[in-house]
Amino acid sequence: MADKLTKRQIFFNPFSKNNPVIVQILGICSVLAVTAKLEPAIVMGASVIMVLAFSNVIISLIRATIPTNIRIIVQLVVVAALVVIVDQFLKAYAYDVSRQLSVFIGLIITNCILMGRLEAFAMSNAPWPSFLDGVGNGCGYALILVGVGSIRELLGSGTLMGHQAIPQWAYEHGYANNGLMILPPMALIVVACIIWVHRYKHKDLQEK
Amino acid sequence: MENLNLFIRSIFIDNMIFAYFLGMCSFLAVSKNVKTAFGLGIAVTFMLAISLPLNYLLEVYVLKPGALAWLGPEYADMDLSFLSLIMFIAVIASMTQLVEMAVEKYSPSLYASLGIFLPLIAVNCAILGGSLFMEQRDFPSIGTAVFAGLGWGIGWLLAIVAIAAIRERLAHHSNIPHPLRGVGIAFIITALMGIAFMSFLGIKI
Repeated sequence: MADKLTKRQIFFNPFSKNNPVIVQILGICSVLAVTAKLEPAIVMGASVIMVLAFSNVIISLIRATIPTNIRIIVQLVVVAALVVIVDQFLKAYAYDVSRQLSVFIGLIITNCILMGRLEAFAMSNAPWPSFLDGVGNGCGYALILVGVGSIRELLGSGTLMGHQAIPQWAYEHGYANNGLMILPPMALIVVACIIWVHRYKHKDLQEK
Repeated sequence: MENLNLFIRSIFIDNMIFAYFLGMCSFLAVSKNVKTAFGLGIAVTFMLAISLPLNYLLEVYVLKPGALAWLGPEYADMDLSFLSLIMFIAVIASMTQLVEMAVEKYSPSLYASLGIFLPLIAVNCAILGGSLFMEQRDFPSIGTAVFAGLGWGIGWLLAIVAIAAIRERLAHHSNIPHPLRGVGIAFIITALMGIAFMSFLGIKI
């Protein structure tokens, strides 16, 4: 199937039609856990794009030499090495965000998007399409992350990126932040609503 | 007593699914019927209960700053903690492989019912997440690691069996809007269950 796709499709399909989060249902854990505020969501999205693109390229380069039996371990080690680099980089240059993300940067290793794309795409394609696939899927993931992050931060704390976004007069006239949005379960509801709207537009994705 | 508290906390209050959303992918993918959900839950519990103490030993005797002091005074100021991610995932992946081989050899019937889920577990975030929380929270002893691992595993099992039971019913007896069928409604159920589980936050043990 993959070889019939043009490079353009490989790159743009993950944005909506084949979005890793809301269509392939991969990498849900981090979408839910890091989106209470916008800033960690953006950092997380960028980290995943980075790791996904480069692990796709590396695996695609060595795909002919990996023995099938131990391929999962090989993939995990490649991904883990890249994640360690990202982790150390964030600790050095963005310590506050790195504290907020706590274990979730480490958990990029087990983010199913990575294993899913490595297995489904990089193991059977050349490096350049794999790179495009990695960046495309990473962007599709980051898109959802930023969307959910801004909805939750705007409604939950009335801020965006830490700056006040709801004007003061609204509070003076009785507007109150919805504290529920900050709590973890609301992330699920927001994603469910996104899926709802998305599947309403794309009828072919609906399940029986 | 402390360990018992931690055990209960890990099952209900620090529940892997509802408090941290770890292991969500397989939680959503494998929760269509109770039987398979139970099999996966058992496998996850088992892996958490053995990988957490193993990684704890690794952390205390190899990775922590100054952990290599037992090799001799010249190693006392070594800090290998940047390696912890790779080491943890390597332990988990190889344990999964070992357990798979052992189960296949000694209990073919268990292997037949569990078999397909075992390789999946290496990439279940709940397992690696458990080890990372262990590192972050500086567990005081190996007993803590065992009980926390067991508790998190049972909490995960509880969550996946509960949602599988609900989804099994929903599949036959309800009129859900078409775009929400399948995954969409599973998200909403999980959220509602999460809100219900938050009531455990008030418990002081």
